[in-house]
Amino acid sequence: MSRSTLIKNGRIIDPANGIDEIADIAIAKGKIDGIGNNINTEFKAEHIIDAKGQWVLPGIVDLSAYLREPGQENKTRIAYETYSAVSAGITRICCMPETNSPIDSGATVKLIKSKAKQAGFARVSVIGSLTQGLKGEQLSHMGSLKYVGCVGLSQGHQPIRNLATLRKAMEYAATFELPLFLHPIEHTLMMDGGMHEGALSTRLGIHPIPVATETVGMAQILILVKQTNCPVHFCRLSSADSIEMLTKAKQDGLPVTADVAAHQLFLTEMDVADYNPLCHTIPPLRSERDRDALRQAVSTGVIDAICSDHQPHEIDAKLAPFEETEPGISAFETLLPLVMRLVEEKVLTLSQAITYITQSPAELAGIKAGTLEVGQSADLSLFDPEYFWQLDPTDMVSEGKNSPFTGWGFNGKTTQTFVKGKSVFSL
Amino acid sequence: MQLTADGKLKHFLTVEGLPPLLLEEILDRAEQFVSLPGKKQVQAPLLRGKTVMNLFFENSTRTRTTFELAAKRLSADLLNLDIRNSATAKGESLLDTIRNLEAMNCDMFVVRHQSSSAAHFIAKYCAPHIGVINAGDGRHAHPTQAMLDMLTIRQHKGDFTPLKVAIVGDIKHSRVARSQIHALTTLCAGEIRLIAPKTLMPERIEEMGVSTYTNIEKGLEGVDVVIMLRLQHERMNTALLPSVREFYARYGLTQERLNLAKSDAIVMHPGPVNRGVEIDSRVADGPQSVILQQVTNGVAVRMAVMSMVLGSRAESGGV
Repeated sequence: MSRSTLIKNGRIIDPANGIDEIADIAIAKGKIDGIGNNINTEFKAEHIIDAKGQWVLPGIVDLSAYLREPGQENKTRIAYETYSAVSAGITRICCMPETNSPIDSGATVKLIKSKAKQAGFARVSVIGSLTQGLKGEQLSHMGSLKYVGCVGLSQGHQPIRNLATLRKAMEYAATFELPLFLHPIEHTLMMDGGMHEGALSTRLGIHPIPVATETVGMAQILILVKQTNCPVHFCRLSSADSIEMLTKAKQDGLPVTADVAAHQLFLTEMDVADYNPLCHTIPPLRSERDRDALRQAVSTGVIDAICSDHQPHEIDAKLAPFEETEPGISAFETLLPLVMRLVEEKVLTLSQAITYITQSPAELAGIKAGTLEVGQSADLSLFDPEYFWQLDPTDMVSEGKNSPFTGWGFNGKTTQTFVKGKSVFSL
Repeated sequence: MQLTADGKLKHFLTVEGLPPLLLEEILDRAEQFVSLPGKKQVQAPLLRGKTVMNLFFENSTRTRTTFELAAKRLSADLLNLDIRNSATAKGESLLDTIRNLEAMNCDMFVVRHQSSSAAHFIAKYCAPHIGVINAGDGRHAHPTQAMLDMLTIRQHKGDFTPLKVAIVGDIKHSRVARSQIHALTTLCAGEIRLIAPKTLMPERIEEMGVSTYTNIEKGLEGVDVVIMLRLQHERMNTALLPSVREFYARYGLTQERLNLAKSDAIVMHPGPVNRGVEIDSRVADGPQSVILQQVTNGVAVRMAVMSMVLGSRAESGGV
């Protein structure tokens, strides 16, 4: 059981409730018991934390992470990765399905949830497979997946080649009110691509991934959304053209939302230069123009959320010629730091930044989380805004050390994290 | 990465970024190694006691044998490894293969691999005393091929600055074309023209300092050098071209088309030649063709590069 705790003198930042003030916050029975003047006079703290100079943030909700278990235990385990998450202020993870770890049965969902619960760090919500084995053919047992607690469905990076199947999948998911998290990818335009199509892919001789891979995929889905009125969330947009399409679709009143991975707001194709396998990602890092359009889109609110798209790898997965390496970044531990950097660089206000990684993703996944509302589960973190640190992969908590941000300096670090009122991490 | 602190050639991975003087040094040194047909072979025991490993992860006859000959004429011990049929086929990682070969005490890897950057990767992770020569990686680079082409051009034309050079065919998939472009721009060639249908022209290649043509007649007008590229049959499956016949009809090098170039223009091809696909037999065997001279120069250029790469280590006090 969690003890009753009083966190004193911290700067409480909770955009969902319009709070940004220095105050105390009381935690009892795993829930937020009161803030500032609302704290019950009879509240007795068994434990008091002085958070002077620190920020108290709602626990981060990460819309996308690959936890690799079950199926790829050589990469990492749920226990390790959920601990990496809380070390960076993330208290709720949406776990994505992938080919080697498809989540298409109730048993798998239960296994993931029980492993996470057993570990006792970040809480895990499961996004199930849209089709069986992510093969893009048979619909998955969506009704059963919903019954065991899936919060949404996704096809991961795998294609549904038959558009009639995609339409039916959308309609069937809507039947159970399961949010759909779709990566807009037209696979026939991607071939075996490794990086953004442009002058650099030509010079390096890397198979190109044109922007049209994403925009054509998006256009198909948008037309089906218009036809069926089924809501769709677009995962990990990467290009200026996609943003233009998204803006238009939203103006037309289509029920669509979208997110972007934090690294996509910083890195570009140029970071691939000299074949840096740590910058091998899907979707690929694109041009500066694309990155600037993505930044603009988070600044204006066209994009709804920012996620880590955490993909931890064992060392060998990145030790090969560029195109033979596995794509993805180990990203839990840089999500909050990068988002805070957007505030420093004046792309986002602090309240926007926090909203994008807490309240918005929670709403998108239909999870009650991401705020410091009284009565909510006490999932929150303390953040020291003055703490300067440099990323060194050997210091990373995640089993996956594959971060392209090695050597980057960040202002601010998570110092303590609470899940259900219990301290699960402290620096 | 491929140069030592004092600017010597440590590995030979790509032509890109190498200083013009170094390219000229390669050509000058190669010139000394050129053996004329029928004359006594040039032998130089520069690599006596050294072990060279030919690591070919992809098919090749010409490149592999010319490297082999080059190594032997330099008195090196040579091992040919046909990797496709051995370790990697059993699931060994590239890095493990390299580590194992390293443990057998060798001094140089000559690497051909289907993935771009494979030679860079090996150079980055192998022991410092080992020199790596890129014998073709994916679509990225084939630097020794480019240098033997430069040697051939220089033998016929001397100075590069006034030259107009046309490269014709499958530019998109060609590591040879990319390396030739870098070599020609470094040596200050007057004009580089790429000629291909849009399906075989990579995105924004103009930024490498070339002009592009889709019409071969226009592109060949007044050029001094015509380089034909091999059209790989397996590419036909991916809807890049309607047929081999159509390619020949629109882009094949015939005598009529060649007549649009300067009268003393030379015709080159990295081989293997697809007669009747990218080039007419009469042109391939004609008086303007220097295709076989390229092969002869291949041995000399590879001798030059190998001796420079291992020489840079000897001088810097390495093994």
